[in-house]
Order: sequence, then structure tokens, then C-alpha cells
Amino acid sequence: MEAAAQAERAPRGRLPAWALGLIPLGLIALAIAAFALLGGPGLGERTGPPVEEVSVERTVLRPGTIELTLRNDGPDPVGIAQVAVNDAYVPFTASEGLEIGRLGSTRLDVSYPWIEGEAYAISVLTSSGGTIEAEIPVAAETPEADLGFYGLMALLGIYVGVIPVSLGMLWLPFLRRLGRRWIGGLIAFTVGLLAFLAIDTAIEGLEIAAGAPGAFGGANLVFLGALVAYLGLAGVDAYLSRRDERRPQAAIPSGAYLALLVAVGIGLHNLGEGLAIGSAYATGALALGAFLVIGFAIHNTTEGLAIVAPLRGVDGGTERPAAARLVGLGLVAGAPAILGAWIGAASFNPSMAALLFGVGVGAIGRVIVQIAPQMRDGSGRLLNPTAVGGMLCGIAVLYATGLLVSV
Amino acid sequence: MSERRISRRGLLGAAATVPAAAGLHALVTGRGFGGEPALAGGPNGHGEPGAAGHQGHDGFAHATFAPGRSVDHRANGFDPSELLRDFDYGKTRRLASGRVLREWQIVAQDKEIEVAPGVKYEAWTYNGRVPGPTLRAREGEKLRVRFVNASEHPHTMHFHGIHAAQMDGMPGIGEASGGGQVEPGKSFAYEFDADPFGLHLYHCHVAPLAAHISRGLYGAFVIDPKRGRPDADEMVMVMSGFDTNFDLSNEVYAVNAIGFHYVNEPIRVKRDELVRIYLVNALEFDPINSFHVHANFFQHYPTGTSLEPSELTDTVVQGQGQRGILEMKFPFDGDYMFHAHVSEFAELGWTGFFRVGNPSGMTAAAAAAYCKLPWGGNGGAA
Repeated sequence: MEAAAQAERAPRGRLPAWALGLIPLGLIALAIAAFALLGGPGLGERTGPPVEEVSVERTVLRPGTIELTLRNDGPDPVGIAQVAVNDAYVPFTASEGLEIGRLGSTRLDVSYPWIEGEAYAISVLTSSGGTIEAEIPVAAETPEADLGFYGLMALLGIYVGVIPVSLGMLWLPFLRRLGRRWIGGLIAFTVGLLAFLAIDTAIEGLEIAAGAPGAFGGANLVFLGALVAYLGLAGVDAYLSRRDERRPQAAIPSGAYLALLVAVGIGLHNLGEGLAIGSAYATGALALGAFLVIGFAIHNTTEGLAIVAPLRGVDGGTERPAAARLVGLGLVAGAPAILGAWIGAASFNPSMAALLFGVGVGAIGRVIVQIAPQMRDGSGRLLNPTAVGGMLCGIAVLYATGLLVSV
Repeated sequence: MSERRISRRGLLGAAATVPAAAGLHALVTGRGFGGEPALAGGPNGHGEPGAAGHQGHDGFAHATFAPGRSVDHRANGFDPSELLRDFDYGKTRRLASGRVLREWQIVAQDKEIEVAPGVKYEAWTYNGRVPGPTLRAREGEKLRVRFVNASEHPHTMHFHGIHAAQMDGMPGIGEASGGGQVEPGKSFAYEFDADPFGLHLYHCHVAPLAAHISRGLYGAFVIDPKRGRPDADEMVMVMSGFDTNFDLSNEVYAVNAIGFHYVNEPIRVKRDELVRIYLVNALEFDPINSFHVHANFFQHYPTGTSLEPSELTDTVVQGQGQRGILEMKFPFDGDYMFHAHVSEFAELGWTGFFRVGNPSGMTAAAAAAYCKLPWGGNGGAA
């Protein structure tokens, strides 16, 4: 066998395998070079005028100035000529010059005496007479990204992420007292919560992607992020279980392991949530009302419940997890909200945000697949009445608490 | 995203702030009256004698194009400062009957022009300029306008005036005699009498009408009364706009095609001298346009068909195709804005200045210092 395989790998008088692999690559490179040198023979001149696709990636308001970050999303360079705010031409300067190459970007500093609370329509006139429209629904000064601001964002992340998740985890003693027959329902409840979060995260990601440059993938980024996160987590999982192959119990994941998985999934979701809050706050579209923070807190408290449910569900509550482990789980699930708020407030980029939301979706999806088998009843049915009831309860709870944060 | 942001803000607007966050929030919004610093620059800044127009002042004197770039009039082939007083009298000869025959040749050409600094537009022009030449004749003369279509598109010249149907520049009418729609490469001679006296216009009448006109095919047509009008510093102002992105609304507005041109190069007039403006509205897409002059009043002669003014006013409104003659004198030196009193048009380019005399005889240095005063820059009218 081995000899035959060797013979096949390097037959006498033939090229080695690596060369066969390289030949097509070389030919492609040659063809591209020739095509470029000859200026695309046979294609002739382009038909129609140059395509201008420019997206407004970021809008920053400072006293007397509106800063627009533009990204050229199309195949041709775009020249910026003039800027009008609310139907009036205004002076401006361009940080990277007036010509934006493909996928390049420039920042326009537009002088304009904007007033807090008013709405503005900005129209950027290109050298070919096309217009790029940007909208400021409610003008408010963009906070300076100084230490105090990052402190505020951290505080916000702690309010909406760490504290509620940790509080939710305090249900663990209560869960321990529940009878065994509740276990499947409890896991199903968690699955319901996660399913709701996955859908919510996906929709939010797609909304953001709608405003992102198509050249970077747009809505594709959400799906790609989801796929990468799902496969990545599955790969890590497979690697870990292969390493533990010798341990006999490894076939059934431990409650602590599932709790960690849930925490990671929720953490990635909260990263996206923090991103949305941070960017909304930075653009002044979000008032830090007590109502909002309380809403998020209640909403996210249920996430804490989802983390501790596997601890009760699988280990039967016999094994008391160390306090440090619980704190760790709380941080894994809640702290990303802080990071998200920082990123969102400091440099919101719709493409990156869409990707991160996708990662959240994929991670949650993977977690659902991991813990769903625990819902099976005695006869091995997955969608038994207890499981379905639990899932519906989970979805209903998040829907109801979700009303507090989005109208 | 944005919808959600608005809705959240709407929901939370009246809610109490979280105590811990409130301090920082207040700090942030306390600075937030965004307009203030820029407005402090204030309504300053017209009347900087000898300086390059009215741009470059701090703050917001008025809307303007971005500084540092200007339209290349040489490349365009016409300069609004020259168009202003450029009346095309054509060539005349006396007919056997004793009447004067006045003749012009007008060539329709497609031409890329810069309609605002850095913005190129595929214009359709009469004689390579927008607006087309201001044709000027005297009441009762016989007029012949030889029209050559060197454009890639069919065009006509439709004159406002009194004439026979086949001379109307109207597609489908007079085709048998070579009139009607003039195809690319063809030509036609419009012949009619200069009647009635007044201020008229001409434009292309090929469908789609708004597209053909807004591309630049329009011009003023002046017929002087037999006895003429009193001597004056005469100028023509054709109001129009350009729909550069073809969304059926104008991106740029102007008198004599180039927005803010007379801001950068104010129209120089003499104090106490009679100024006569032939004002024509050739704007498309917007139903009305207007003209307003600062710190002065003018006599208005609607359509110029009467020698008696109809009104002493400082603002006149014109619908599409409407026109009128304006007469005024400037009793004080200084810079005086004129603009569409449709503020949107004014701030999108339809703004200019008259510069009367040398404002208060100030030296450039003194004027510059004067402009820096909070109340400075009113042109030093004294």
C-alpha cells in the first residue's frame, strides 16, 4: 500500500505534486499580467459614466463643525466638490484630499452652525454632479473620547451587562431546590432565551449592515460572522473533547462547561448590545435615561438565569461551583458590554459592527446546539411538552422585557 | 439603526437621568449648543475693499462654496462678469424698403462646463455659453436668426415674441418649410419682426422640455423701444439652475449660470448712476424664482413692455419664463447683496454683490481691521 501510494505521489518522469499545484497559479498570474499590460483587450471603453458609490461611515458633531467620514464603495474614484447642509452650500475641508480612491476614505470637516436637537440633511456634491446624502436625525454634540467618557461607557456597560447578569445568576440556589422534573424545562427556557437573542442580534446586525459599504460585504458580514463563530466554537469544542478522550465522562458535557458556553454566547451578544448603546450615545441619539438602564437590567437579568440553568440541569445541583467561577462566568457574559460600548462610542464602523453582530449570532447558535440535547425527556424526544413550554416561556420573557428597551 | 435611535430618544426624552451618569451627561450636553461658537463669528463680513470677495471671513457671513477652488471660466469659455454687460447686437444692413435687417448666427453645441467649483456638467449651449447670447434689437426691425444645430440632439430656438407659426421653433410646426425640430447637423433661419418692445427670452422647445431647457438652452432677448430708454449701466441677469444629478431638482442656482460668482467678483457700479437690470427667469423644476436687492429699491417694468414702471419695490417674484426690467440708483458706497428671496436658492448659489464705488475710500488695511470688529463689514457706507 505504502509503496503504491509513494509511486502515485511521484511517478517516474513526471512533475512533483507541488509543481502541478503551482502551474495553474502561475498561469493565472501570467494571464492577469498580460491582460493588464494589454489594457483588457476586446473590452473597449466602459459604457456609461463612472459609478459613484460612497457611504457615510461616521458622523461626528463638534461645535460649529460636522465631520463626515466617507468611504468610496464603488469601482471608480470619486471627487468631492461641494457640500450643502440643509440646502445651503457651506465651507469644508477634506482630511485626505478631495479625491477618494476605491475603498479609500476621507473625512470632511464641514463648517456649520448647527443647533442641538435640530435635524440636518447633508448633501455632498461630487465632481460629476452626483450627490451623496447623509442625515443627522437629531443633532447633539459627539462626546470627546477622553478618560471620563470611557469611564462613563464602562459604567454603562457594568449597568446593563455585568450587574444584571450577575444578579440573574443568583437564582442558582433557587434552581437547586427545584425538582428533577423541572430540569428539562429549565434548559428549554434557556434555549428559548438564546433563540430570541440570536434572532434579535441577527436583525440588528442586518439593520446596521444596510448602512455599511457593500464592497466590504454588507449584510454578508452578518452571515459570515455567524458562520465563522459557529465553526470556530465547534472546532474548539472538538479539539477539547479529543484531548479529553481518555476520560470516560467526556461524552456528556459537564454543567460547568455548558454554563461557560452559554456565558460566551451571551457575552458576544452583549458585545453587540454595548456597541449599539455606545454608538447611539456617541451620536447623541440615546439619552441615558434611568428607564433605559433599568430596562436593560431586567432584560439582561434573564441572561444570568440562562447561564446558571445548565449548572443545575446537568450536575443536579450537587456540585457547588466555587464563587470565583460564578464571578468569572458573570464577567464573561457581561463585561463584553463594556468593551462594546467603548468600541461603539469611540470608532463606530458599520462593517465591523455587522461582523461582530454576526459573530454573536453564530456563537449563540452553537450554544443552542450544544445544550439542546439536555431537553430530551425519558423517551428521548427533543420537542416534548416540557421543552416546548420552556422554550416558549424563555422567548416570552425576553420579548416582554425587550419592550422596555425598544419601542 | 437610526430609526431605533430616534425612537429610543423619543421614549427617554422626559425620563430622569441615572444619577451616576448625570454629571457626565450634563457635562457633555452643557457644551452642546453647537451653533454658539460658530455664530459668534456672526453676521459679519461684507465689504472688504480690494480683497478677494466675501469668502474667508470667520464664521457665517452667508452660504458659500468651499474656499480655495474657483470655476475655471477660461475652460468654460465664458465668464459671468463679462456676460453681464455683453449684449449681442448682431450684424445689420438696410433693406431696400429702408428697414433694418438684423442678423445673428447661433450654434447649438454640447459642452462640458464647470457649474460650481469642481463640478462638471454636460451642458447643451447656444454659442458655447450659458445663458446663450443676449440678443438685442430695436422695435420694428426685421430679424433673422440663423440657427445651426451642431449638437448630438435635436433642438430649436423658440422666441417669445410675435411671429408666424413656422418661425416658432416648435417641433411639428412648419416642418415643411424646414422649421420645426432642427435635427443634428441641420440649420434653419428664424425670421420675424422685433415686436413688441420689451424683455423677452428664447429657449429650446424640443421635448422633454425641462431637460432641454435646464441643460442650458436659454437666453435673454431684448427689444428696445423705438425711442430707446434713458442712458444707464445696463446688465442682463438670467436666473437658472443646474440639476447635476438628474433628480428633477436643482443642485445649484445662479444668475448667469455660475453660483456665487458675483460674491467672489462683485458687480462694480457707480454711485448715483442709473443701473438697469434685464432680469429673466429661465429656472426649471422650481415654479418660482425671485430677485431681491439689499438697502435699495428699484422701479419694476414687468416684461419691459411699458415705459411706465408698475411698482417701486425691492423684491420681485418671477414664474418660469417671466421677466422684467429693474431700474435703480445706489446712493451710498459699499457692498450690497442681491439674491433670490427664496432663501434655499440664495444659499445654493443664487447670491451676489453690487460694489458701489470704493467703499468709504478705506485703504485695504483699514478695511481689513474694520471687518474684524463685531459690527464691522457693512461696507463702510458713510
